Amino acid sequence: MLLIHCPYCEATLPELEFTYAGEAHIARPADPSTMSDEQWRDFLFIRTNARGPHFERWRHAHGCGRFFNAVRDTVSDKFLLTYKAGEPKPESLPE
Amino acid sequence: MKVQAMAHFSAFSLLRNALTGHKHWPAQWPDALPKAEYDVIIVGAGGHGLAAAYYLAKEHGITNVAVIEKGWLGGGNTGRNTTIVRSNYLYDESARLYDHAIDLWDGLSQDLNYNVMFSQRGVMMLAHTVHDVQSFQRHIHSNRLNGVDNTWVTPQQAKEICPPLNISTDARYPVLGAAWQQRAGTARHDAVAWGYARAAAARGVDIVQNCPVTAIRRGPDGAVEGVETAKGFIKAKKVAVSAAGHTSVIMETAGVRLPLESFPLQALVSEPVKPIFPCVVMSNTVHAYISQSDKGELVIGSGTDQYTSYSQRGGLPLIEHTVAAICEMFPVFRRMRMLRKWGGIVDVTPDRSAILGKTPVQGLYVNCGWGTGGFKVTPGAGHTLAHTIARDDPHPINAPFTLERFTTGRLIDEAAAAAVAH
Ligand SMILES: Cc1cc2nc3c(=O)[nH]c(=O)nc-3n(C[C@H](O)[C@H](O)[C@H](O)COP(=O)(O)OP(=O)(O)OC[C@H]3O[C@@H](n4cnc5c(N)ncnc54)[C@H](O)[C@@H]3O)c2cc1C
Ligand SMILES: [Zn+2]
Repeated sequence: MLLIHCPYCEATLPELEFTYAGEAHIARPADPSTMSDEQWRDFLFIRTNARGPHFERWRHAHGCGRFFNAVRDTVSDKFLLTYKAGEPKPESLPE
Repeated sequence: MKVQAMAHFSAFSLLRNALTGHKHWPAQWPDALPKAEYDVIIVGAGGHGLAAAYYLAKEHGITNVAVIEKGWLGGGNTGRNTTIVRSNYLYDESARLYDHAIDLWDGLSQDLNYNVMFSQRGVMMLAHTVHDVQSFQRHIHSNRLNGVDNTWVTPQQAKEICPPLNISTDARYPVLGAAWQQRAGTARHDAVAWGYARAAAARGVDIVQNCPVTAIRRGPDGAVEGVETAKGFIKAKKVAVSAAGHTSVIMETAGVRLPLESFPLQALVSEPVKPIFPCVVMSNTVHAYISQSDKGELVIGSGTDQYTSYSQRGGLPLIEHTVAAICEMFPVFRRMRMLRKWGGIVDVTPDRSAILGKTPVQGLYVNCGWGTGGFKVTPGAGHTLAHTIARDDPHPINAPFTLERFTTGRLIDEAAAAAVAH
């Protein structure tokens, strides 16, 4: 079972309390009417699907209920980092 | 055409080898070292890649082909899946593709001279809510219009087909009826990979194992030149990637980004018991499915884990949930002991339909996005992929399964239609 650190509750809790919410840092288009079909495709459907560190969103559904961001290594499933929603994408990752 | 001597399997050869203590069976396929150049390279020796190589050789006369595999052949999802074969999908495009596969399954053991143990024992999909009833009946009508067999059965009829099923009205989610596809069933997964490998190798195809492809190399004009591998560069003007959960990682090296996410999908088996379970039963609402292998194990699965991963493990909470669902539907199995569980990495598209065809890169083809349900289509995917590679043009059956549909919006939206079912 994954153990996940909620940055709001400041507690490390079992996976069962959380729901996964897909890749993080995908910004909604600021000016939708100017977007080409290719840009819509990229926004709606294309994901990095990283093999290794992956930036993703989780929600502490059975706790504080809030969304936050995490970096997880998708090969080992180990969480490298979690941080609050709205905080910038971290530039360096812990070992 | 280079044709290797291949022992023909028959009742006679079985008897002869039995008399000599089964000590003289020849190797079923040679373990090839890669040559410097091929006409076609297929990345990934799962059922799909091996089938494509077989049909390239058999139907298109292209035998200078290598299938390159990072581990051992059939060791990916092909060897990890729960072997359900059915074709009762909603949309016309899917119906044609999956039914094409079932037509090929029908004569496959004879065609390959290898018993793939295709067993048309029937697949039952249980309806537990009014929504289920309506959506399954819609499927049944749509299937009938497409000439795909699928019928509605009452709870009593379902119980007659599958005696261990709990149809009592005080179950948490009582059975309100079911969709029943008689032509559907199971097949032996390993035998499918081995049968295609053996038949392809006999027609001259090289199967190179323990050789990860690390990148696809493109020339100055952008067209494919070959693949970089752990055993060096191998040249080919046509490369097809059929690497399931790892497809997006490989395609990225050619500059092609795919609408794919890779999730763990788990399954488990019980200790073997005498025959008790005559068909396949699946429930999207209670969320589990079950059949019994010819060895006697109950084969159990459900949906993917919630997070993307390449770990081929998956979490225990999902197994617990699955087993709880099975005990609810089949109280008779409550004291059954489970033997082992495992996971595979499945590549999921936004509309839950595959991508099978050409790519923006000249000479590069892709077969992926089969997600949780591509074993059933192995012969059909291989057959149409071979056609696409040989003619540089898709077969009418796989033509709608393009990568472009995610730009045009012309999706084949089985996502809404199929929920979790395999
Ligand atoms: C637990 C589970 C249950 C399932 N149940 C069903 C079911 O009941 N019915 C059904 O229809 N489908 C089911 N599926 C889905 C089905 O298994 C797959 O859709 C199907 O087997 C895919 O076949 P494939 O040949 O494309 O992929 P695979 O068999 O996964 O083959 C891909 C191959 O590519 C290789 N590869 C990856 N990266 C590289 C690289 N860089 N270089 C070289 N080789 C590489 C892999 O090692 C692998 O052998 C299930 C899957 C799982 C995991
Ligand atoms: Zn919290």
